[in-house]
Amino acid sequence: MRSFLPDALRGGRSCPAGLLGYGRDMPVDALVGRAYSTRTPYEVGREKIREFADAIGDPNPVYRDPEVAKAFGHTDVVAPPTFPIVVAFGLLNQLFDDPEAGVALHRVVHADQKFSYTRPLHPGDRLAATLTVEGVRQVAGADLILTRTAITTVDGEPVCTASASIVHRGEAEA
Amino acid sequence: MSAVTFEAVEKGTELPSLTIHLRRADLVRYAGASGDFNPIHWNARVAQEVGLPDVISHGMLTMALAGRVLTDWLGDPARVVDYSVRFSRPIVVPDTEEGVAVTFGGKVAERLENGTARVDLTAVAEGGKVFGAARAVVRLT
Repeated sequence: MRSFLPDALRGGRSCPAGLLGYGRDMPVDALVGRAYSTRTPYEVGREKIREFADAIGDPNPVYRDPEVAKAFGHTDVVAPPTFPIVVAFGLLNQLFDDPEAGVALHRVVHADQKFSYTRPLHPGDRLAATLTVEGVRQVAGADLILTRTAITTVDGEPVCTASASIVHRGEAEA
Repeated sequence: MSAVTFEAVEKGTELPSLTIHLRRADLVRYAGASGDFNPIHWNARVAQEVGLPDVISHGMLTMALAGRVLTDWLGDPARVVDYSVRFSRPIVVPDTEEGVAVTFGGKVAERLENGTARVDLTAVAEGGKVFGAARAVVRLT
């Protein structure tokens, strides 16, 4: 099987605008700086945390039982470390739905992901988030799109930063 | 639940490993919980149209499963300070009862200042490494 995402891909140089653009109407560099924000506060739900923990097959009671979480010094159950992707993916979906961006969900694979946590998420947290396209590189016939999502409470308290790089392969590549 | 301490770890300390069988139904369930309905994770026709061999796991599901190696070891999931994964090889999930077995492991790479440590994580499926790199910084005090 071909190497799906060679490490060499990481060293790709950014491309001047105008040289790219198969399957899209705008040059990929025009994506840089585009931003998408939560339209209404994202409220973290107790049952959503449970559903997410179930979906990752993790039986840990700290995600379900407030008493277990309190034994660790928390006020309530916490969300699993990768839970903030629910918020970040909602913003990625805005990017995929943006006709001007020309990035199709089914032509995308995830290249890398990073979370930096300020504090854990609890039920009742009301969050605001903004995803910004920080860079685009062309590598091996595909676009590597670098995004960063800053997640705070609606009062502006930092909670988590989620950085995602996604590889988008245009029609010509398939 | 016993929690690991800074004093108890050193470079090279191994975390208990975990083997998970991933099946198509797991991907469908994860799609629903996460909001990532990319059809390459549930529709073989679309996956093949975009050049993949078959349906592949969500990278984020793989990352979550590897994260369990961390959180089972730490006790308190909030001790994870940051966590990053580079996905280098997709996990193909066949349409079979058995699915695909993925084994996750972790090792302390470095003790850092302020009672934190860097942990490197691994995931292996079908004899191949799934992550180009996966690392977390965890608080141990």
